[in-house]
Amino acid sequence: MEELSWGGVITRIIMQLTPVWIALIATFWVSIAYKRKLGLYGKLFDSTVGMIGYGIVMFWVFTALFTNVFGWIMTYDPQFFETSMKHALPGEALGDGTGHYLLGGDKQARDVFSRVLYGSGIVIMIAPLATLMAFMVGITLGLPAGYFGGKLDTILSFLANLILAFPVILLFYLLVTKEIVATGLPQYMAAVLFLFPLVFLTVLINSRFYTDPGKRNPMLIALWVIGGWIYLSFVSQNGGDSAIRILPAALDAFNPDPNILVVFVSVVFVNSPTVFRIVRGLTLDIKSRDYVAAGQTRGEGPWYIMLWEILPNVRGPLIVDFCLRIGYATILLGTLGFFGLGLETNSPDWGTTINLGRGLLRAYAHPVLVPAFALLSLVLGLNLLADGLREEALKD
Amino acid sequence: MGLFILRRLGIMFLTALCLTFVVFWLTNLYPNLEKLAKSEGNQRMADEEVVSWLAERGYAQPLFVKYGEWIGVVPGFTFTDEEGNVSGRCIDAGVAPEDAPTYCGILQNDWGRSTALDNEVSSVISDKLGLTGYLMMWVLIVMVPSALIIGVLAGMREGSRTDRSLSTLSIITTATPEYVSGVLLITFFASGVGWKIFKGSATKAMEEPSLENFTLPVITISLYGMGYIARMTRASMTEVMTAQYIRTARLKGLSFRTIVMKHALRNALIAPFTVIMLQIPWLLNGVVIVETLFNYKGFGWALVQAAGNNDIELLLGVSVVSVVVVLLTQLISDIGYVFLNPRIRIS
Repeated sequence: MEELSWGGVITRIIMQLTPVWIALIATFWVSIAYKRKLGLYGKLFDSTVGMIGYGIVMFWVFTALFTNVFGWIMTYDPQFFETSMKHALPGEALGDGTGHYLLGGDKQARDVFSRVLYGSGIVIMIAPLATLMAFMVGITLGLPAGYFGGKLDTILSFLANLILAFPVILLFYLLVTKEIVATGLPQYMAAVLFLFPLVFLTVLINSRFYTDPGKRNPMLIALWVIGGWIYLSFVSQNGGDSAIRILPAALDAFNPDPNILVVFVSVVFVNSPTVFRIVRGLTLDIKSRDYVAAGQTRGEGPWYIMLWEILPNVRGPLIVDFCLRIGYATILLGTLGFFGLGLETNSPDWGTTINLGRGLLRAYAHPVLVPAFALLSLVLGLNLLADGLREEALKD
Repeated sequence: MGLFILRRLGIMFLTALCLTFVVFWLTNLYPNLEKLAKSEGNQRMADEEVVSWLAERGYAQPLFVKYGEWIGVVPGFTFTDEEGNVSGRCIDAGVAPEDAPTYCGILQNDWGRSTALDNEVSSVISDKLGLTGYLMMWVLIVMVPSALIIGVLAGMREGSRTDRSLSTLSIITTATPEYVSGVLLITFFASGVGWKIFKGSATKAMEEPSLENFTLPVITISLYGMGYIARMTRASMTEVMTAQYIRTARLKGLSFRTIVMKHALRNALIAPFTVIMLQIPWLLNGVVIVETLFNYKGFGWALVQAAGNNDIELLLGVSVVSVVVVLLTQLISDIGYVFLNPRIRIS
């Protein structure tokens, strides 16, 4: 087989990505058709910037989904290697004529194209979930800090500023090395941090249906049984030297990879204080509004006011920040990979790939450029999306 | 005002104390000490040897005692072996045990010894800070004026084509972390793929910085912060441009140039000042990445070395410096804001 020209490479890549294009067109077609009925999400399609951002983000979401779940799109397995293809240039054909390395081969003779697409899965899985978790922590602590003020606020703000005073990379080095993992510290941190969604949902339901125990009790019991089981499955591990093993192996639904758990926990830990500060500031602002005073006069409890009066009214800035923060979490994940922290060295995620190839950057740039552009495009997409959302949210 | 500064300094002191304690605790966890013993002593040490190595050097003491020794409020650890030779934390090589001081912590201005770089922490830090300070100086010289110009040009006429293109540019730079922009710049400006104008390594820049070897590191750090400052400046500028007094100036018949230069700019630059000050601690992250990527052995490089080798005392020194930088910039931004904006006065 012959080497592909640049045109050939691009055509093949576009063809290879067909499922993603179909999914993207379908998403946009449905969304634009019903945009008037879809609230803020629908309004996004009135802004060009927002649409471009959303398109880029969804491109990576579909790519991550199709490669990681169905194994489509990729031309080779991410760990497949063919010795003769070491540092192969884009479009070079395999010796036995079975195909091409569309974007060349890396230092270990693996296919760059397949690895970068497959690597999106790690980012698309961790970054939004870690951001969501950071928001749960930040909201659960930021609302009472802003609403009650006083000593609680002083202590929580001091702790938040303490974490923010750490240089992020120092914190990563202190938390993510394998020596610290051996002490079980990340697992204990996970045990604390993962408790926040449960607390948040409990307070949310309890404050809403406090007066109606007939509805509240079954809902809370269902939450605790299902949520508690998910929580324990996440926290407890039965692997070799796990620190927390509460749940017997038979009941343990999933064991997250310890490396990914560490990375996840540290990204949550770094992001939570900033979310806390934002929520606290917004609460301080909204607290003095008349409708809060009206709620207090009606005899509504403080938690009801915080979660059902204040929180819905600050959703605009929080949604915008959520998008920006996913982008920031993506950058943090890349930073961890760049310093070779946490994830395994053969992990296909973008940061690790950049780190792997940067030694020989000046001789062979393509194994580094492809993941670099991938990371850049995803973060850019998220920033554009946030911009579009901000524009549309301000119009109300 | 004096009380305000005093209070802030108090909080700064408390934060530094808590932060160093956390670093101290994490670096003194047993697996980390074991790693230290093996890297300093012998890779093939048996478990009992590790325990005795740590005990002889005072690492086996309770955490608070060790922390107190580092601070300088607890007498330094001493160890007497079977032959009666005394060694200890405060006893430097070549000094008789009787002449050595009892306390040697940061209160006595003794920052300890870096195990990874085999040098006094205080001299390592002052060396590295000098190098990084030089880098930061150039970053600020490049970043701040260009960010302000971009922001002002974009915010001057909201919605114009200049605004659109400059805003897109700022979004792109904020979306490009240093390890991506650094890699791209090296590929396109320092390798065979693009033009070979600059050097992809800044090791030589430590002795003799030149345009060739210093440009790429400076630009890489500047780009990431630039977009953010530019966007803040643009927001502040657009707000000022819609203010009543600008309309008045326009109605008076002043030229657009005069309005922007004399009336709008002064008020528009108050908000970016705070942003720039608060951006400085963030630059530290960029410094760590860029110094690693370009092999410029400054403060960030020292941080990576210290953290990678569990070099306890160097890590503590690095943490103290960074917490002081973070909190001092916050303080300066608060005080400066009050001076720049007479509407705000702290009572």
